[in-house]
Amino acid sequence: MMFLLGKNTHKTLTACLAACLLGAPVTGEEIWVTNEKDDTISVIDVATLEVVRTIPTGDRPRGITFSHDHKVVYICASDSDTVQVMDPDTGEILFDLPSGEDPEQFVLHPDNRHLYIANEDDAITTVVDVVSRTVVAQIDVGIEPEGMAVSPDGKLAITTSETTNMAHWIDTETRELVANTLVDSRPRHAEFAAGGTQLWVSAEIGGTVSVFDVETKAELAKIDFAVKGVHPDRVQPVGFEFDGEEKTAFVALGPSNHVAVVNAETFEVEQYILVGRRVWHMAFNSDKSLLFTTNGVSGDVTVIDVAKREAIKTIKVGRFPWGAALRP
Amino acid sequence: MVLRLALALCLGASAAVADVSVTIHYLRQEVEQPPVLSNLDPIPEDLGLKGAELGLADNATTGRFMGQTWTLEVTEVPIGGDLAAAARAALATTDLIVLDAPADAALALADLPEAAGALIFNSAAPDDRLRGADCRANLLHTLPSNAMRTDALAQFLLNRRWDDLALITGTHPDDNAFATSLRASLTKFGMRLTSEKTWAFDADMRRNASQEVPLFTQDLKAHDVLLIADEIHDFGRYIAYNTWIPRPVAGSEGLVPVAWAQVVEQWGAAQLQSRFTDLAARPMQSRDYAAWAAVRAMGEAVTRTGAADTATLRAYLLGPDFELAGFKGRPLSFRDWNGQLRQPIPLVTQRAVVAQAPLEGFLHQVNELDTLGRDAPESDCTAFGN
Repeated sequence: MMFLLGKNTHKTLTACLAACLLGAPVTGEEIWVTNEKDDTISVIDVATLEVVRTIPTGDRPRGITFSHDHKVVYICASDSDTVQVMDPDTGEILFDLPSGEDPEQFVLHPDNRHLYIANEDDAITTVVDVVSRTVVAQIDVGIEPEGMAVSPDGKLAITTSETTNMAHWIDTETRELVANTLVDSRPRHAEFAAGGTQLWVSAEIGGTVSVFDVETKAELAKIDFAVKGVHPDRVQPVGFEFDGEEKTAFVALGPSNHVAVVNAETFEVEQYILVGRRVWHMAFNSDKSLLFTTNGVSGDVTVIDVAKREAIKTIKVGRFPWGAALRP
Repeated sequence: MVLRLALALCLGASAAVADVSVTIHYLRQEVEQPPVLSNLDPIPEDLGLKGAELGLADNATTGRFMGQTWTLEVTEVPIGGDLAAAARAALATTDLIVLDAPADAALALADLPEAAGALIFNSAAPDDRLRGADCRANLLHTLPSNAMRTDALAQFLLNRRWDDLALITGTHPDDNAFATSLRASLTKFGMRLTSEKTWAFDADMRRNASQEVPLFTQDLKAHDVLLIADEIHDFGRYIAYNTWIPRPVAGSEGLVPVAWAQVVEQWGAAQLQSRFTDLAARPMQSRDYAAWAAVRAMGEAVTRTGAADTATLRAYLLGPDFELAGFKGRPLSFRDWNGQLRQPIPLVTQRAVVAQAPLEGFLHQVNELDTLGRDAPESDCTAFGN
């Protein structure tokens, strides 16, 4: 019967089913994974390490983040040119936010109100007020903006631009660029670290992660990677996350199919963990004992035991899983 | 007569201090296009040029944050026009040239006394000799050579164990050059041609391909794949499905090794494709990509060195630190023995990328990309001092 219905009807119906079956308050922790080429979210139950729900989204979902109170989840539906706001209990799309064209990644300001969105096709960073649902600023950045970060104190936002090869530093008060820092080729992801005193930026084609001092914007270190048996050209740092004390960074290395474990104090690579194919992004569970990586090409999620630093399970999700976010 | 289009695209100049001002000249020699059977795919008049324009816009966006100003000047020399005069005029204002011209014209330009200190990017001539015996120190190549393309195809054929091949070649010099390169690649990778034929018909294949091609291919010896050398795209499109025995077609038609095609979408390529179609209102082709890569390579070199003089740029481009993110999944760099931009070669049909060379398993002691085309030890280029 399903295939007799139109696409939208189908989605509404599925959402409805999801709502009816799973509408009750969720008890366990979940990892939400966007599937770029399935237009869905796979919800993984952290307790059982199984997919428990599949929720339809707009076209080409990539960036995903929960509001700080976890009442709503924001999804970059890149090819729908919108950021969707979803009720995580029901899977229902509450409303769409104006996002500018082709939103790829975003970051939610500590004020829980402003989303900073990278518009990949437009060389723009868009700032959206999620309460008034309006665009409050658009900032010209380099070509193909992608990585987004915001400092813990909320004063700085970062956009990385993939073709311009820069980290653009945005003053969140004036919403203007205060600095532009050159990094290696194709910067993909940015994160503040060391209590907000450092900025880390990965460069996919450069094959490096650069660490900057936030105060001086000077480069403190550049981390190189070498995976045994993999040509350096295929070692392509993309997403990364820090453990609870920010002493260790886990860096996804794209088509090398490995995650690097980096000592965040010495900037030395301590280990490489084999995961699925073309590993993109990742998310921890609440106590950061487990790390979930999205593997774009193999269509699965690898679960890493953080203490043991080894992969313990592979979970099949949708096609081309991209982003991951924790729902505690 | 030189038609000089002084459309200086001044992009990127901002209130910021313009530390570096860079002018690139796109110099094009128009050439006679031989008539072909089908009218389906006319060659765009702005082939190549649009790639340079996009590269310049990309550079200018970055330049905005770096105090750089980028300008593109364009000169198109008509058939029979004076390329040397146009080149001298261009070289009077800049040493950075993107050249869209055949091999002989490229050599004539590179050998001009005025071009001695210039940096010329060949974005249109695939001839292997420009990367070999006829190489020039001031001539870099962003278009893949014929050898790179045919090696890419040979890797694929070997990978599939389709190692008995037949070849049909057209009569145009470009067809012959491609066929020569195909033969060399088959030898390099240990495969063989079981038979060869030349297509010298003048019939209009739109009417009777189904009658002509089966007979024409009937006497080819046993083969796994039928190779076509038809670089001017005259008869090749009528071969597939009309062969005497059912065999896939590859080379200039069917499965084609290219620098770029509309179907390339991985590695962020979709973004480049959409920027290009927004600008040009048509899909990006290999020569557009080569011109884009030339301008972007200059952009990278200027940004990373902070300099705009050709000696510094050339040293950086040919050095170990240069890498260009070219949307093909690996960093692109220049071979320091002949100035060729090393790059993956997608093997495409009209609808999809079938594979991308270098294929897994084709190893190299330094860089797997150097399994495509003439490698340093067998290079007969001496102008680069290696």
